[in-house]
Amino acid sequence: MRRRTRGNSLVYLTLLVSLVLSVFPLYWLFVVATRSNDVVGQIPPPLVPGGNLGENVSRLFAAPEAHFARGMVNSMLASVAVTVSVVFFSSLAGFAFAKLRFRGRNALLLAVLATMMVPVQMGIVPLYMVMVKLGWQNQLQAVIVPFLVSAFGVFLMRQYAERAVPDELIEAARLDGCSTFGLFVRVVAPALRPGAAVLGLFTFMSTWNEFLWPLAILEADNPTVQFSLSQLATQYYTDYTLMFSGTLIATVPLLLVFILFGRQIIGGIMDGAVRA
Amino acid sequence: MLFALFGLFPLIYTAWVSLRAWDLTGDAGFVGLRNYSRLAGDPDFWNAMVNTLGLFVLSTVPQLCFALVIAGLLNRPIRALMMFRLGVLAPIVTSVAAVAIVFGQLYGRDTGLVNGAIGLAGIGPIDWQASKTSSWIAVASMVNWRWTGYNALIYLAAIQAIPRDLYEAAQIDGAGAIRQFRSITVPLIRPALIFTVVMSAIGGMQLFTEPLLFGQGDVSGGSLRQFQTIAMYMFEQSFQNFDYGYGSAIAWAIFLLTVVVGVANALIARRWKGGTQ
Repeated sequence: MRRRTRGNSLVYLTLLVSLVLSVFPLYWLFVVATRSNDVVGQIPPPLVPGGNLGENVSRLFAAPEAHFARGMVNSMLASVAVTVSVVFFSSLAGFAFAKLRFRGRNALLLAVLATMMVPVQMGIVPLYMVMVKLGWQNQLQAVIVPFLVSAFGVFLMRQYAERAVPDELIEAARLDGCSTFGLFVRVVAPALRPGAAVLGLFTFMSTWNEFLWPLAILEADNPTVQFSLSQLATQYYTDYTLMFSGTLIATVPLLLVFILFGRQIIGGIMDGAVRA
Repeated sequence: MLFALFGLFPLIYTAWVSLRAWDLTGDAGFVGLRNYSRLAGDPDFWNAMVNTLGLFVLSTVPQLCFALVIAGLLNRPIRALMMFRLGVLAPIVTSVAAVAIVFGQLYGRDTGLVNGAIGLAGIGPIDWQASKTSSWIAVASMVNWRWTGYNALIYLAAIQAIPRDLYEAAQIDGAGAIRQFRSITVPLIRPALIFTVVMSAIGGMQLFTEPLLFGQGDVSGGSLRQFQTIAMYMFEQSFQNFDYGYGSAIAWAIFLLTVVVGVANALIARRWKGGTQ
């Protein structure tokens, strides 16, 4: 019995250490963002928030090189547009791949999946040239349009539709004279909703956090929020409170999403794992 | 049809560009494999290759080991389970840029917390950016921090799919917790292990933002290119030197490297399966 308690406290201790290691950098982000620059480098470091957040934030929005407000608006627009589109098209295509029979279905699916293997860097040079042809350099649509469909999304929704939509339901709707699109809207879409929610969360997060492509195609005066952060890190790299308050604001929307939907996100990751 | 276009087009188009001399002044025609032979003799490319592989090992091995241990612990009957799960997953919501900024401060030479902490232990301040080893450790720790919790959850899902009576049988045979973990858990979650190794390999070959922002946005990765990855080198050639042809050749090198690492993993996986099941 004694051995058991000791074993258990070891378990808790290890978990607690991992928890602290996981959360500390986030907490540190918050602490520095609320303080002034002279606390940076203090030993022991300050561990409670200070009262400088308001001032840091107003300095942040005033920082001429960062265009931070612009970055926030751009990222919000891009993330929402990409998320809505990816969820819609992935659900539709996922349903088609899972439940409809048509010629060349498997070959098409394979082609879609193959695109998942291609690293981002592969596409970036040709994509850049296409954007130059279209005259979209430094335009917001350049970070939206190429991402309106996603192979990963199609794959995820196909897996989900396969389990979530019973064939009998589809046959019944067909007998009642439903068209394919009507079938999708009335029968399939409601059943896909939980899967679509997880996909939406992931898409929003990854679009918000996308970095390489905006850096290549946009300019500093019309950035996404991550680009704007990298500008802060490059131009103001000694002004830690400025950088940290920017990072804090850029992270808060995702933290909110995470706190609200954390359970679903965990479910989504663990679900995907079993199938993989 | 649309999807096939989207996916195959960049692959083929990049290959085509990589066979040409193409810079800011425009397309200067076909040069055959010259970009590739230049690549083979380019010390900066090989340096970036070594950095990428070194960083991959340093960021994958500890990450997956810790994830496995955490998953094993989270699978035990413990209190506040949801809090621990959410806590270890929290790093995933932060953007790479955010991670790089916070860790950049933590690893700062004069004002960083890490140097402060090792200073208390009597070790002099380290200039983390200066050498290969120290900069690799710093960059790898960002990757480890961000992904360990995610992998732990994947392992946890796989562990929970293992039938309970296997453990009961092992207990009756007198196997302790660690023995059970080694002889039952690890072999039975092999698919999840392989999945995470492959995903880490794909991510590792494309490592870009962490080292970039660690060096204050300098795409050459330190004064001596001590932490420049191949993705950074590609970016430098394509978008700073505007040598699209050469950049495309590097992109293809990244792709081939990813495929090689992926195939190696698949082969190992097949051998494992044949070996013990």
